[in-house]
Amino acid sequence: MEQKKNKDYLVLKDITKIFSDGRGNDVTAVDNISLTIKKGDFVTLLGPSGCGKTTTLRMVAGFELQTAGDISLGDKLINDIAPFDRNMPMVFQSYALFPHLTIFENIAYGLKIRKLSKEVIKNDVAMVSQMVNLVGLENRYPGELSGGQQQRVALARALVLKPEIILFDEPLSNLDAKLRIQTRTEIKRVQQMMGITALYVTHDQSEALSMSDQIVIMNRGEIAQVGTPEEIYDHPNSSFVADFIGNANFIDATVSEIGSDSITVTVQGKTLTVKKTDEVFSEGEEVSLAIKPEAVDVSIEPTGFTGKLDVSSFLGSITEYKIEFENSFITAVHSNTTGYTMKHYKMGEEVNINFNKEFFRIYKK
Amino acid sequence: MANSKLKRRLNRGSFHQLTSDPALLIGVVLILASLVLFIVYPLYSAMKLSLSQDGAFSLSQYKYIFTHSYYRKSIMNSIMLGASVATLATFIGFIFAYAIAKGKIKGSGFFQSMAILPIISPPFMFALSVILLFGRNGLITAKLLHLDTGGVYGLKGLIIVQVITMYPIAYMTLVGILQGIDPDLETCAMNLGAKRLKTFFTVTLPLALPGIFASWLLVFVGSLTDFGNPIIIGGEFDVLSVRAYLEFTGMGNLPRGAALAMLLLIPTVGVFFIQKYIIKNKAYVTITGKSSRRGSTSVTNGAKTGLFVFALGVSLFVLMFYVTIISGSFIKLWGVDWSLTLRHFVYAWDVGLTTLKNTLVLATISTPITAVLGMVIAFIVVRKSFAGKQILDFLSMLSYAIPGTAVGIGYILAFNKAPFKLSGTAFILIAVYVFRNVPIGVQGGIAALKQISGDIEESSTNLGASTAYTFRKITLPLVRPAFFAGATFAFVRSMTAISAIIFLVSARWNHLTVLILAQTEIMRLGAASVLSFALIVVIMAFIFIIMKLTGLKQSQIFGTTN
Ligand SMILES: Nc1ncnc2c1ncn2[C@@H]1O[C@H](COP(=O)(O)OP(=O)(O)O)[C@@H](O)[C@H]1O
Ligand SMILES: [Mg+2]
Repeated sequence: MEQKKNKDYLVLKDITKIFSDGRGNDVTAVDNISLTIKKGDFVTLLGPSGCGKTTTLRMVAGFELQTAGDISLGDKLINDIAPFDRNMPMVFQSYALFPHLTIFENIAYGLKIRKLSKEVIKNDVAMVSQMVNLVGLENRYPGELSGGQQQRVALARALVLKPEIILFDEPLSNLDAKLRIQTRTEIKRVQQMMGITALYVTHDQSEALSMSDQIVIMNRGEIAQVGTPEEIYDHPNSSFVADFIGNANFIDATVSEIGSDSITVTVQGKTLTVKKTDEVFSEGEEVSLAIKPEAVDVSIEPTGFTGKLDVSSFLGSITEYKIEFENSFITAVHSNTTGYTMKHYKMGEEVNINFNKEFFRIYKK
Repeated sequence: MANSKLKRRLNRGSFHQLTSDPALLIGVVLILASLVLFIVYPLYSAMKLSLSQDGAFSLSQYKYIFTHSYYRKSIMNSIMLGASVATLATFIGFIFAYAIAKGKIKGSGFFQSMAILPIISPPFMFALSVILLFGRNGLITAKLLHLDTGGVYGLKGLIIVQVITMYPIAYMTLVGILQGIDPDLETCAMNLGAKRLKTFFTVTLPLALPGIFASWLLVFVGSLTDFGNPIIIGGEFDVLSVRAYLEFTGMGNLPRGAALAMLLLIPTVGVFFIQKYIIKNKAYVTITGKSSRRGSTSVTNGAKTGLFVFALGVSLFVLMFYVTIISGSFIKLWGVDWSLTLRHFVYAWDVGLTTLKNTLVLATISTPITAVLGMVIAFIVVRKSFAGKQILDFLSMLSYAIPGTAVGIGYILAFNKAPFKLSGTAFILIAVYVFRNVPIGVQGGIAALKQISGDIEESSTNLGASTAYTFRKITLPLVRPAFFAGATFAFVRSMTAISAIIFLVSARWNHLTVLILAQTEIMRLGAASVLSFALIVVIMAFIFIIMKLTGLKQSQIFGTTN
């Protein structure tokens, strides 16, 4: 098992999916994406609603046939393999539990299809029920279970097949916030324990950041960036990713000078120096500077930058400030645990803004 | 759940709401009184007659029926016919519904219309058509195949016409159920390794089973209580509904006719209870959670083609009967002289114009009354709580379960003497229409009103709207489709009624269906065709006008009521 790890496992090559309704209204749901997933990795497709995540997942599962491109699994091309022969159980957003079957029968469904003996089925179901904490509910019907329990049945039904890969389509989106956090650790634990490769779809960035080995950010059917959670969080390669993953603040600026590994820009008549990126800029170009709220604070001392306070929200350990700056709004976060609780500003009051300047990233407009 | 339980407990049947709201009190009393007078009392009269001998209680009629093979035969015939038709119609209706709901075949709009057409047709139109096609002088049997056969009269012919008449009932029952089965479930089954056929038999079919069961029962009852088809092509094959009619009017044996009609009541009321209290509760609760609602790949293209061909075949078969009726209107003497003529129209004009007018007048009067009454009852049942509400709900739905034959007999017995001497009047016909059709309006109204949670109305009121404004702007638009659906069905059913009103028509107030029946019996098939054709045209025109005036679509009208 161990030597197999780090091997390319699921490979998507130049995949495109176009839905056409036969009346000339074509929708390109997935636009020429390529992706390689390593054995045992937890890979998340993350992106806003409608960006093609589910469609990608359904092509992998075989429910949808790609318009172009190849999908292979462990070196084998699986384009023409029927969904029922792919052995890639999926956990549906709706859970898709069979309402006419008991929990036991639901979990045993795939095993029965595989014509395993009653003994084996009983043992395997018992083992998985134990693992996901469903013991005692075997004879109930799905309608008699809570949302969290239903979710675990859906998970158990996939796990019991001891698959090499599991697909998840927003499995936690119907749970309340607390249960969601609890369940995501549980999923991660089971995945690691069983060494299963996971392809996981979500639009929730904190879910993606906390669970994944690799995150694939999607935007309008294309891949915007691939990387570990840290890479993506620290070095978003586009303003879209910066916005989506870090809720970044964007500030208008003008390029005034281009150095060998830094760029000088002007904001509010003041100059700032930021790191160079792969993008090429020219002098005089209008650009966007992105900076995460955590790297912006308010200050009692003058900092050279001021804005007008719109709203402040005291959230206990932090206070969030929404500030009007350069004709747009930015968010600043003040930590109340390290220092002192910030003085109470009134709405419309002028505040000093303290940017942690090394966190500025420059993007094309 | 807990919330609604709590609400129910808070409201639970005190008289308080009634006594504090005199308008409601008067309304409820009036409605209850009319339901008792026009539903319970006739039924009671028929039952009483069937259970008495020389003024004393007696089971002798029933004893006689069950000890004479002659009557036992018609009971057995009815059951056999009903079971065959229920099985076949459910089978066809299921495939039809599956093709549309799951197969998403092309032309589903056309196929849907084909499944509605028989519902809005005169009750024995298909029987008439079958005679023209397969009868002694039938186009297919005699002319094309040169068979000398009268074989269409009897069980076989009856099965054909009843299946065509009633597969739409199965279709309507099943299409909603199949659409309600989340495609994710089928997709998931395949994802877990089940091939398509296995998916169908382990997921789709079991989930549709309550619907299949319901459909079977509904068609079974429909066949049992059908009067129009068996009286025309039943021939020697005797069934209960016809036997009861002949016994009652032909032989003048009122008690026996009443007893036979009461026998029909047993299965219909039984099915009514099974529907209301068992199937409704057995239906699978849908799981919370957002479904992707994407079509599953559970139907292959090959299977789709098969489904399409099947649906097309059935549709063309149904259409053939309509073409036949239209042709029959223009052909001089079917089977003998095939030249074209308009003389059937002239003749039909002479014998039928007054009847057509009267039929239309009565249907037009009773339709709005039925629709309004249905909506008022629905409103009271859903929005008000008072002791006895269940009785109102039950009574208003009950008349749906009483076979037309029993209603007809009951009305004659109940309303032929003072203080309620109504027989021979237009009023008795209007009463039959209204009270036989009101359950459809009630049902549709309840379904619509339940969708509008009280919260919506409350929040409107909360935002400062007056009750009247709320009703006009919020409640009314939301129940509008159900209201017009109820009205349309009431109209169609009034125009195509036969089993009850055949007992109640008079020389002054005849009904077109009864006239068509008479023309068919004297083998004036051309005139019968013209009159059937006219009836269909009137009904379609009405539906067309309703759709134009209200802007509702066909599916809204025929989808909301079932
Ligand atoms: N069966 C379909 N027919 C037409 N368009 C579709 C179909 N399924 C998805 N789409 C479109 O494809 C795009 C991507 O959808 P989806 O993969 O569901 O996005 P996500 O899961 O990221 O929210 C959307 O614009 C959606 O409307
Ligand atoms: Mg999705």
